Amino acid sequence: MSEIDLKTTAATLEAESAAPAGTTRRMTLNMGPQHPSTHGVLRIILDLDGETILSARPDIGFLHTGIEKQAEALTYQQVVTLTDRMDYLSNLANNLAYCLSVEKLLQLEIPERAQWIRVMLTEISRINSHLVWLGTHCLDLGAMSMFFYCFREREDILRIFEYFSGQRLMTSYIRVGGLSVEPPRGWEKVVGNFISQLPSKIDEYEGLLTENPIFLKRAKQVGYLPVERLLELGVTGPMIRAAGVKWDIRKTEPYSSYEKFDFNVPVQQDGDVFARFRVRMDEMRESIKIVNQCLAGMPGGPIRAEAPKVVLPDREKMKTQMEALIYHFKIVTEGFRVPAGEAYVPVESPRGEIGFYVVSDGTSKPARVFMRTPSYGNLQALSELFHGKLISDSIATLGSMDFVLGDVDR
Amino acid sequence: MLPDGLKEHPAAAALEAWDSTALTGGSVDLGETLLWVEKDRIVDVCRKLKEEFSFVRLSGVSVIDRYPSEPRFEVLYLLHSIERNERLKLKVALGGEQPEVESVCGVWRGADWYEREAFDLFGVRFLNHPDLRRIMMPDDWQGHPLRRDFPTHGHKYTYQSE
Repeated sequence: MSEIDLKTTAATLEAESAAPAGTTRRMTLNMGPQHPSTHGVLRIILDLDGETILSARPDIGFLHTGIEKQAEALTYQQVVTLTDRMDYLSNLANNLAYCLSVEKLLQLEIPERAQWIRVMLTEISRINSHLVWLGTHCLDLGAMSMFFYCFREREDILRIFEYFSGQRLMTSYIRVGGLSVEPPRGWEKVVGNFISQLPSKIDEYEGLLTENPIFLKRAKQVGYLPVERLLELGVTGPMIRAAGVKWDIRKTEPYSSYEKFDFNVPVQQDGDVFARFRVRMDEMRESIKIVNQCLAGMPGGPIRAEAPKVVLPDREKMKTQMEALIYHFKIVTEGFRVPAGEAYVPVESPRGEIGFYVVSDGTSKPARVFMRTPSYGNLQALSELFHGKLISDSIATLGSMDFVLGDVDR
Repeated sequence: MLPDGLKEHPAAAALEAWDSTALTGGSVDLGETLLWVEKDRIVDVCRKLKEEFSFVRLSGVSVIDRYPSEPRFEVLYLLHSIERNERLKLKVALGGEQPEVESVCGVWRGADWYEREAFDLFGVRFLNHPDLRRIMMPDDWQGHPLRRDFPTHGHKYTYQSE
């Protein structure tokens, strides 16, 4: 800024501060913790100058339940149930990330069939998560009907989860060593029916939104931040791909046999709310592709690893073999022991990089589980995304970040 | 100071050549590379890794409590380079008396909340952090809940609103 510019700015500021008492334009506004568009319990303290946000200070921790502390008091297998409760919209990705870390410490080889079912279900849960995001995001922007459409499809997905695991939300279906139970008879038909009618519905939703002038006005060139800043702040997942970084952990560091699937990584260049919308819509289509490949080429075989000291034995074996009975007793009463060491396996959840840094001291309970959750990293960008923008755009920006407060606070 | 397995590692070897006192050890375990960094050099090492080895992302910062052994705390940094598709773990050992380490917020802005969380839950102080306050627990909370000597159940407290 030149000297003259600085002088004029100083003069304006002086004129403003000289305004008579009671007419100052600065205002502090408290948003949340129970604000409907924060999708959880998030409090943001906004400093406003008229309609412009001067600063936004997020206040988190309202949902802090000490999951990391609790994990130290439970056995390795029991911690799986805690991971469900962090990011409750994509619990299968959490299960998978945790199990992969523990399996890395145990150096377990997971059968191919279990790996493929894991992939299929995490992709269905990705569709689930993106549908909930789409519905609630559009609800924030005033499009009520999208919410009903998306939750109609989500209901089908929850029925699939219930069919597989007996639970709609907290499935805990992926366990250390494989899966909790054999998939039910006829699951191919249930998943196939659902997945075959989904592409036309996604087309319909895009038709409702991509050329909708109201949606475009609220989404285009809103919530932009340069890609360098996003990387600097630790943002991952669809948010960073919408800013032009082609980075997907499923491709760069494949886990659970993702390298065998053919899919693309959707990327957009604009980095605004609309680009994030496009990325997530395309990701749903890619997920459908992966699920279809799973249905077509599902391998046979066992769903649990061959590790009698870790995986519970069959009921039949328990009744006929002494060793199986002993292992069953040991695993149920004490839990399995994990060799001392540390492991971190990153996984691409619907929101970004999730990973569990599991530290084992050789006992049957983890010494420390650090949960690197995507929502926590993404939410850090909020202050900078809001800075200097209009308050009317804040809701659209907030929605496009797609965080889950259970995942932030843990 | 580096073990044989790490002499070939480009970043580790370059750091060793740059300043042989900055690294105090390292290991490759289960395919994950870990470098132990001298407490006072962590910011310099991080800056060098970011600028010269394209570790543009800091995935997370956390603490491991080794109570009752000493040095008690291990501060863990998870680094990631998208360009080279490489991950690196850094660790700093801190004693239990007065755990303090320089903040890496100046290198990666994203370290902010992770360091605040580590401060809140473990009581590790990050020097020159722009805003070191509690983030998860209430402001008037006594103690640091993720420490190993903090009870899981039965902790008594009175909650006062701000």
